Amino acid sequence: MARLNVNPTRMELSKLKKKLTSARRGHKLLKDKRDELMRQFMNLIKENRKLRTEVEAAISEANRYMAVAGSVMQREVLETALMLPKQEVELEVTEKNVMSVYIPEFQTKFRSGDTNDIYSYGMAFTSIDLDGAVSALNSVLPKMIRLAEVEKACQLMADEIEKTRRRVNALEHIMIPDYEETIKYITMKLSENERSTTTSLMKVKDMVLKDSHKYH
Amino acid sequence: MYKAAVIGDSASVSGFAALGLSVFRETEPEKITKLISRLAANDFAVIYITEPAAALVSDTINKYRSSKLPSIVLIPAIEGNTGDGMRALHDAVEKAVGSDILN
Repeated sequence: MARLNVNPTRMELSKLKKKLTSARRGHKLLKDKRDELMRQFMNLIKENRKLRTEVEAAISEANRYMAVAGSVMQREVLETALMLPKQEVELEVTEKNVMSVYIPEFQTKFRSGDTNDIYSYGMAFTSIDLDGAVSALNSVLPKMIRLAEVEKACQLMADEIEKTRRRVNALEHIMIPDYEETIKYITMKLSENERSTTTSLMKVKDMVLKDSHKYH
Repeated sequence: MYKAAVIGDSASVSGFAALGLSVFRETEPEKITKLISRLAANDFAVIYITEPAAALVSDTINKYRSSKLPSIVLIPAIEGNTGDGMRALHDAVEKAVGSDILN
């Protein structure tokens, strides 16, 4: 461990002692923060994984319907059928503070009151598989919105955990040992000085006594 | 008020149009990159992008990883699930924990 480059004085010693106390307190706080972030992160990750599996399965199902619909209908007709949506999704974004990580939350708002009012085409000229695709996507939409929320939260928290972990490690393995070593160095240097002063005083006293009383 | 967008090839994303999400049929990397930055600047809170399209512009997507909005989510395309979306989840765990503890 590297000793800090400071003068071995009492001033520096008391300064360093103060720094060491706050470094220890900071270390404890950051460690608690890291642990709590980690706990919440693990819950989110579990939810994220579950949601993703469900959403992926639902979209794959919708895609299967879509593939069939695309094969029985003309591409242009299919595109035209979906061209003018009845429904419109709008999102309201609010913020949630989790251990000083600001994660977004989405509230969905639909333009039309009836959320099942999704078929933007007449049934006569379109394949039934298209209805299946649209309905499958519609039922998974709330989960997709939640997935977007959770996935963003996971990314932001992963960043924050990484940062906090680095800080904890820097304090634990570099700053605190450095301070401790420098404090030890200054203490030793000071007591060494003290001993040397005492010895030279004794020596001087001897010499003075010798001179004045002619002692041997 | 924020909106949600879907980016990908026409066959994979058309269905979302009926739900009222804004659909963008793009498959070229440069256009997708431009589109994403335009959407991010224009009140789009959520961008769903198909896995093949996302693979073309992974740099752009990583850029938005640490910003609060938009949330970019990978979804399977019509050709099937490539597992890229799940891999991103494992990456996040590895970043936070130090090793992949899922599975």
